[in-house]
Amino acid sequence: MSDAPPVETRGLVKRYGEIVAVDHVDLSVEPGDVFGYLGPNGAGKTTSLRIMLGLIRPTAGSARLHGRDPLIDGAKALEGVAGFVEAPRFYPYLSGRRNLRLLADYDEPVSRARIDEVLELVELRDRAKDRVGGYSHGMRQRLGIAAALLRAPRLLLLDEPTTGLDPAGMRDMRELVRRLAGEGITILLSSHLLHEVEELCNRVAIIRRGAIVYQGRLRELLSRAASTYRLNALEPERARAVLLAHSGVGGVRLDGSALRFSAEEEVVAALTVALGQARVAFTALVPETATLEELFLGMTDGESSDHDRPAAVAV
Amino acid sequence: MTALARVYRWEIAKLLAQKRTYLGLGTAIAVPIVFVVVLVLQRGGPNDVPLGRYIRDTGLAVPFVVLFFMSIWGLPLITALVAGDIVASETHNGTLKTILTRSRERGEVFAGKTLATATYTLVLVFAMGLVGLVAGSVAWGFHPLTSLSGTKVSAGHGLVLLLASLAVYALPLAGIAAFAVLLSTVTRNSAASVVGALMWALLMQLLGVLPGTEGIRPYLLGTQFEAWHGFLRTPADWAPVIRAIWLCALYIGLPLIGACLVFLRRDVAGE
Repeated sequence: MSDAPPVETRGLVKRYGEIVAVDHVDLSVEPGDVFGYLGPNGAGKTTSLRIMLGLIRPTAGSARLHGRDPLIDGAKALEGVAGFVEAPRFYPYLSGRRNLRLLADYDEPVSRARIDEVLELVELRDRAKDRVGGYSHGMRQRLGIAAALLRAPRLLLLDEPTTGLDPAGMRDMRELVRRLAGEGITILLSSHLLHEVEELCNRVAIIRRGAIVYQGRLRELLSRAASTYRLNALEPERARAVLLAHSGVGGVRLDGSALRFSAEEEVVAALTVALGQARVAFTALVPETATLEELFLGMTDGESSDHDRPAAVAV
Repeated sequence: MTALARVYRWEIAKLLAQKRTYLGLGTAIAVPIVFVVVLVLQRGGPNDVPLGRYIRDTGLAVPFVVLFFMSIWGLPLITALVAGDIVASETHNGTLKTILTRSRERGEVFAGKTLATATYTLVLVFAMGLVGLVAGSVAWGFHPLTSLSGTKVSAGHGLVLLLASLAVYALPLAGIAAFAVLLSTVTRNSAASVVGALMWALLMQLLGVLPGTEGIRPYLLGTQFEAWHGFLRTPADWAPVIRAIWLCALYIGLPLIGACLVFLRRDVAGE
């Protein structure tokens, strides 16, 4: 069991009548990953996470955490696993500390010092005696992280942990995630901010209408788009003719005075020689790296959510 | 402390942190006190109910009379107030997913909730009975009790009969609580569960008074609220008590089995 991946889903399907919320999802999260799980609202991210945590039953397929299926192994499948789906929720009539004590007792009782430690970590110790009903959204998010850390997890499942936080809260949350990842905790993070995933994650999966459209290393995903180049030539039409005649060059198009095309790096090197031999002068030949956002929109047909923001796409 | 004991302890702690628990308990305690105060200030009394005519003879008669009046809708309502909320409140607060992603199995969580509901029901009945006894004794003293057969029962023996009666009385109330837990689990709505359980209790009472229902009357849940009468006869009539025990086991067991099956298999989405 120790060799089993932290998260492994095979052919996961969840149907609600005619609606297919999750459609044959195969996910694999390796130890030490900070895995970004992306998709537009309603794509099936939260439903997948709920199945992984044993909160809902899949229509077909299986989800295993460290080799254990919550459907078969029950709560044992969650050993070493913590996290939350949607916003973390607590008993509003109990204090933050009492909520943590309750949750600890649903595992194994922990010392007061341990509770203080996690409260300190999420900077809630000063408000620990207050009822959670009076907490802000950000404080509840932080309490959710504290509740997860009480279990000393090897795997954290976090569903949009920065949703609803102010910029400072988002920065702090990202810092915390980075720190936990640095401690060797595997993290599966569904985020609604693409730049956040770009900043934190080493591997990603993109889900669209319940199905995975990409899964792999973030670097490889980004490098896919890096094979697009822009050429600014003094005589664009002649340059275009050279490009079209050169093998290994594709997708040539003229945008105003700039030519855009795709090619592998070695082909581009050869192309500079060909342009020189054809005496085509150019002022710039630069790779154009797409952002994760552009790639994401391309893969999801530009689907976006109700939470679109100028600098970020909600997914 | 075992895992189930810890879950149970927190279920009790949650009940003690909620206003509705105190509303129910407060009502159970206030009713016998108000009843005694009114009888002290007024003449006459509830002569047409069991032990009603002896109410000013001894404080021991008070809890029995209060039990009679509260069985119609008072105790079913304040029982359902908490029992109908025990699962639905988790849905309302969105905390079911919080506790079900810890290390406890769903069965343990359900058992903890059921035990906490049973505890509340027992506390309601005994608190009401004992407060009635104390209030009645302050007003009229702690004297021998006249049984339903007309014989005198010593105060000490009367106290034993009261405790036994309270225990038997708690059985049909637990039946109503179990039905409220079922509704709470299935509907996930507190108000619907409380009202639904009260309607169930009233329906049982109504069936008991309709003409032509004599054949089923001994088996109705409402009828079991009178099983304690058997203790106050000389000699004791065990038949209604035994019937109440096995019938209430069904009225408690069947809804709880249904609720447990739903709780174990339900999808927890957004709650």
